[in-house]
Amino acid sequence: MAARVLALRSGLGGPAVAAGLGALILGTLAAVAWQAQGLSGLGPWDWRAVRFTVWQAALSAALSAVLAIPVARALARRRFAGRGALVTLLGAPFILPVIVAIMGLIAVFGRNGAINEALRGAGLPEFIIYGWQGVILAHVFFNLPLSVRLILQGWQAIPAERFRLAESLGFAPRDVARHLERPMLRAVLPGVWLAVFLVCLTSFAVALTLGGGPSATTVELAIYQAFRFDFDLGKAATLGLVQIGLCLAAMVLARRISIPAAFGTGLDQTQGPRGPRGWRVGTDALAIMLAALFLLWPIMAVTVQGLPRIPSLPPEVWTAALRSVVMALISAGLALAMCLTLALAIARGRAAWIEAAGMLPIIASPLVLGTGLFILLRGWFSTDALALPVTVAINAIMALPFGLRALIPAAQALREDYGRLADSLDMRGLARLRHLTLPRLARPLGFAGGLAAALAMGDLGVITLFATDQPTLPLKLYQLMGSYRMTDASACAVLLMAISFALFWLFDRGGRLA
Amino acid sequence: MLEFRDTITTRGDFTLRADLRIEPGLRVAIIGASGSGKSTLLSLVGGFLTPDQGRILWNGQDITHLPPGERPASFLFQDQNLFPHLTVAQNVGLGLRPDLRLNGAQQARVSQVLDQVGLDGMARRLPASLSGGQQSRVALARVLLRARPILLLDEPFAALGPALKTEMLDLLSDIADQTGATVLMVTHDPRDARAFATETVLIQDGRADPPTPTGPLLDHPPPGLRAYLG
Repeated sequence: MAARVLALRSGLGGPAVAAGLGALILGTLAAVAWQAQGLSGLGPWDWRAVRFTVWQAALSAALSAVLAIPVARALARRRFAGRGALVTLLGAPFILPVIVAIMGLIAVFGRNGAINEALRGAGLPEFIIYGWQGVILAHVFFNLPLSVRLILQGWQAIPAERFRLAESLGFAPRDVARHLERPMLRAVLPGVWLAVFLVCLTSFAVALTLGGGPSATTVELAIYQAFRFDFDLGKAATLGLVQIGLCLAAMVLARRISIPAAFGTGLDQTQGPRGPRGWRVGTDALAIMLAALFLLWPIMAVTVQGLPRIPSLPPEVWTAALRSVVMALISAGLALAMCLTLALAIARGRAAWIEAAGMLPIIASPLVLGTGLFILLRGWFSTDALALPVTVAINAIMALPFGLRALIPAAQALREDYGRLADSLDMRGLARLRHLTLPRLARPLGFAGGLAAALAMGDLGVITLFATDQPTLPLKLYQLMGSYRMTDASACAVLLMAISFALFWLFDRGGRLA
Repeated sequence: MLEFRDTITTRGDFTLRADLRIEPGLRVAIIGASGSGKSTLLSLVGGFLTPDQGRILWNGQDITHLPPGERPASFLFQDQNLFPHLTVAQNVGLGLRPDLRLNGAQQARVSQVLDQVGLDGMARRLPASLSGGQQSRVALARVLLRARPILLLDEPFAALGPALKTEMLDLLSDIADQTGATVLMVTHDPRDARAFATETVLIQDGRADPPTPTGPLLDHPPPGLRAYLG
């Protein structure tokens, strides 16, 4: 803390954090590359994982984007009670722990779920949630809401005057689609697809729980298997290189397509276009209801199953919960300190490399970083001693790009509005932090801290690499699922979801009230 | 004495040259067309810009590279002179200590200057609950409290109505008299210049001229200034 404040005082904090981050991530990647054996070390099984990773991401992204169109259109042109709440709810999957959603999906689409009961009743073949179809179902569950939000932003970016003009010219819905909506979709959809594709490319927890086997193993999962089951660090590292290559290739693609920001403001403009009457009211209502059902049903199902069982959860679950909360708070604190230092330096107009360092986590997947850190540190520490600190550190790093996206514009506005006044009054170091920076940036800091805490709380990633007897709550939940204690698992899922949302709410609320 | 010694300041394709002296205690208006570099000249004194060449001196001491907070100057900007999240007393108190750890005597000083600018009883209010004129008074109270020998005004009262603006300029005159400050005031309004400033620096063609008496300059403006004044 003292060192950080001193660094802030001399204005070296930003470059120092950026350099540290760069060294950590690039050093870790270098360790992975050093340990890698060359592509000849990969067998046909591994190449299948590479192919599966790419095609499941492509298909998940395409399904999410296409299914999001009718929902976004309906939300854009209809006004109804609860619409605002529904739009807000679409942001929730971002901080919903993956493993909780999977519990929910199993409750609805699993063997004993309502869907399969109905299919059996009708004499139809069952839907099997384990395998590639389950992986894609879960990815669509997570990314459909994100896609709807992004496309809805596109719809609302069409000036209301255009819709009024269309109305005065007597456009039919077909004409509106042709002249206003399709051009917008052509501009927005590639970015939406790519955003989802990138998320699914590094998918781990979904593949771990629903995938596996030759037909549904992602590269991240293959790294985990090489690491945990084959104890083959060289192969894990080689697969890590492949994963980095995939991410880099996707980034090259991203340079050609602009990805829209996932959480923009202005999602609720007062005057939307008036939707057409007739049968389209029915289809719009259907689209909204199906989407809401798809999102809410699994969460409801797991809540109904789990909530009554929470009091009878075994004590080790509560221990894990406490451990996870502490880790999430440390992660969020680290992420905030790094984000704030970087954002302030970027606002001061320091070199672009600082911003690049803050965005580096995008090319490094958590499991690749975890493998690399393990390779670097194993000589000094035992696996058990590494598990929790490495998890905390990687979760803090992975939250950086999201935190920076919220903080950089705010820090720039702060400098623009009050930088000269503060300079002229000689406000520096701690005084400036306390009386200017923290009070003025409280809102984005609260939001970023909430994201970081919730993401860390729900993360089931790096921790799985280490055989630890100190599980986090998501790992404990995974272990309960693995031993088929499904009622305890549902209760654990409800607890995990409640804590994750509560952490986000507390930080965000704290920022708003400060 | 404030001196510009052959300063050249370049920002993109804009250049401002200045080579002039301003006697201590003088009130100087800075006049010129929009974009001529009036604010640039103030920023050079305030420390927000550094000239590419030349030096700036105050009483013979080189202040060219001093950071803004350590300069012998107070600055009143066009807007954003107050922090909206701090109370009136805190906004003024920043002029004494940027970390706001004020002792009893310093707090008494804050109350005293607030009384002096006619804001008694407003100490705990937030800026948003004050009128535009009252907000200007808070900023002036801080200027009074800091009592720096140079006062830089970048049209701080431009958003006020004519009557209120005159009131503020009068209050400002009092403060400048009390602190004996050298005042540099950017203005668009020749009447303000006549009322407030004995001398005027004209900026034209990328150059700041040495100060000349305001009345004669405005009575017989050179061609560039005549076009600007209309």
